[in-house]
Amino acid sequence: MERKIRVLVAKPGLDGHDRGAKVIARSLRDAGMEVIYTGLRQTPEQIVSAAIQEDVDVIAMSILSGAHNHLFPRVVELLKEQGVDDVLVFGGGVIPEEDIPFLKSKGIAEVFGPGTPTSKTIDFIKANLKRALA
Amino acid sequence: MADNEKLEQDFGAWNAKVEKANEKYPERKKQFVTGSNAPVNRVYTPLDQRGFEYQTQLGLPGEFPYTRGVQPTMYRGRFWTMRQYAGFGTAEESNARYKYLLEQGQTGLSVAFDLPTQIGYDSDHPLSEGEVGKVGVAIDSLADMEVLFDGIPLDKVSTSMTINAPAAVLLAMYIAVAEKQGVAPDALNGTIQNDILKEYIARGTYIFPPSPSMRLITDIFEYCSKQVPSWNTISISGYHIREAGSTAVQEVAFTLADGIAYVEAAIKAGLGVDDFAPRLSFFFNAHNDLFEEVAKFRAARRVWAHLMRDRFGAKNPKSWMLRFHTQTGGSTLTAQQPDNNIIRVTLQALAAVLGGTQSLHTNSRDEALALPTEEAVRIALRTQQIIAYESGSAETVDPLAGSYYVESLTDRIEKEVIAYIKRIDDLGGAVKAIEQGYVQQEIQDSAYSWQMDVEKSERIIVGLNKFQVRESAPKGLLRVDPEVGARQKQKLASLKSKRDAQAVENALGSLRAAARSSDNLMVPILDAVRVYATLGEICGVLREEFGEYKPNVMF
Repeated sequence: MERKIRVLVAKPGLDGHDRGAKVIARSLRDAGMEVIYTGLRQTPEQIVSAAIQEDVDVIAMSILSGAHNHLFPRVVELLKEQGVDDVLVFGGGVIPEEDIPFLKSKGIAEVFGPGTPTSKTIDFIKANLKRALA
Repeated sequence: MADNEKLEQDFGAWNAKVEKANEKYPERKKQFVTGSNAPVNRVYTPLDQRGFEYQTQLGLPGEFPYTRGVQPTMYRGRFWTMRQYAGFGTAEESNARYKYLLEQGQTGLSVAFDLPTQIGYDSDHPLSEGEVGKVGVAIDSLADMEVLFDGIPLDKVSTSMTINAPAAVLLAMYIAVAEKQGVAPDALNGTIQNDILKEYIARGTYIFPPSPSMRLITDIFEYCSKQVPSWNTISISGYHIREAGSTAVQEVAFTLADGIAYVEAAIKAGLGVDDFAPRLSFFFNAHNDLFEEVAKFRAARRVWAHLMRDRFGAKNPKSWMLRFHTQTGGSTLTAQQPDNNIIRVTLQALAAVLGGTQSLHTNSRDEALALPTEEAVRIALRTQQIIAYESGSAETVDPLAGSYYVESLTDRIEKEVIAYIKRIDDLGGAVKAIEQGYVQQEIQDSAYSWQMDVEKSERIIVGLNKFQVRESAPKGLLRVDPEVGARQKQKLASLKSKRDAQAVENALGSLRAAARSSDNLMVPILDAVRVYATLGEICGVLREEFGEYKPNVMF
């Protein structure tokens, strides 16, 4: 039997807008995944340490403050420093389209903007997992 | 009631006829609902208003229960205050934006602070990295505040500051800047948001646990009632509750429940209800369902008037009046076909005006994408001006009163709000209900069901799940200069090398002593601000003394 996909939904930075993060967390849970939500104001260090401790397959980050160019790449860097290369990392929030190529070049697999249906995020996770589920 | 009997018969016959026709030519939907999912009937008639009493339910404008508005002449006297929320980058850049807005005919200022400022960190704190100047202006000390209001006479403008956990510090800085301009505190007009409960519920910029947070708030109430009597000491906010996904009813209910908690805290701290209640103000959202939103504002005024008079025994009519600011709904804006947002904002702004708002911020079309550009802000301000000068909506008071539909909506919202307040009372009040996660869970359930309705296309959002077009990436968005953080750090270092270090140390020592006693904290905070102690230093002392809030995380 396949095990469940494990996801860490994380809010890096200081912004308190987590309607999106919570809706995503709940929709992933309803889609049969195991979901951990970090709560607000997580540093990249805290996110990576939670991801390793919870042994997740996916880190889904949400940010609306504009600090994405600083905080998203830092999470990927820290994962690499810890020797973790099989976790799918992506993000969403209010992120200008022109920032997306930069974020992708830093290892953020995808960036979802406002209005993205949760089904699209679910499909994306299933199609891009880096670890086997069997 | 002979008229109603006849109408009842006619209505029954009419309904049967319509239902029959409906079998052949069905209506668009089986069930019609408001923007907040409440059922909507085919038509409203006097039958929906049985038992309606004009004098007790509506009354006259400026009179209890204020359903029709808090002033007798409303916008015939003067328009609402047009107040665009703005701030980004450094104090210099934000000062320039404020001057631009005032030149464009804006009538009040509204300051947006960056997240480090809102959470009580200086720009050089490790957690501030990447956040400085992003969602608002960075303020580390009185020196920044002096620049922010440079050339703006503080006795002539009213200023609203969206600041909560460190509200006392920013208010103290404002008072100190005014002193330097030669303006006495009793000549100051404005508002601090100062509403920590909705930060726990929905907005997230909390610092301290509930009990010391409530103390800071009641200390401000007390201090201002004596020293800054025209200042609105709190803006009890439903805005962020709605943005987090609540319904219109939940927005009003949770906001008024928070209001009850503040009133109780202040009474418990020994204040007389009529000494502080006239300075309480509110902040609501305006979404797209025009009639439901108008009814929401009217119902909110009626419920609050009764609460203040009947539950808290306030005697001063000013304590009964729910005065509010409105901002149009950020979460209703789409990143897709962003120009459509101008029309959404127009509908929402019209709802706020028809609902009798005291001041209004209209969102800019590009806010689902970034902070607004100057051009986008101008259109948003022009939207208000067109409603004010061209639409005719401001020429008579409460123009929708007496509409069978709007009065039915108003009554329903009132009833449901009262039921929610009762439930929260039963849980032990708003603070307890928040600590138990009840309020947050209710909001999250509404947010999730909204999202699912949109994904199933049971709710249509034009340009998002219907009438889509292929679009290229929007151009010309506002970008905050990435060097702001470095510049702000430099300014801070230079300030620290120039100020009187001993005076700062003494002031912070007095603040710590006051925090351990029950003295009013506004006095030592003002002293600390005057000698250029930084926001981070002041909040740092309070963090050490009060501890930090640990939320109960759930989804």
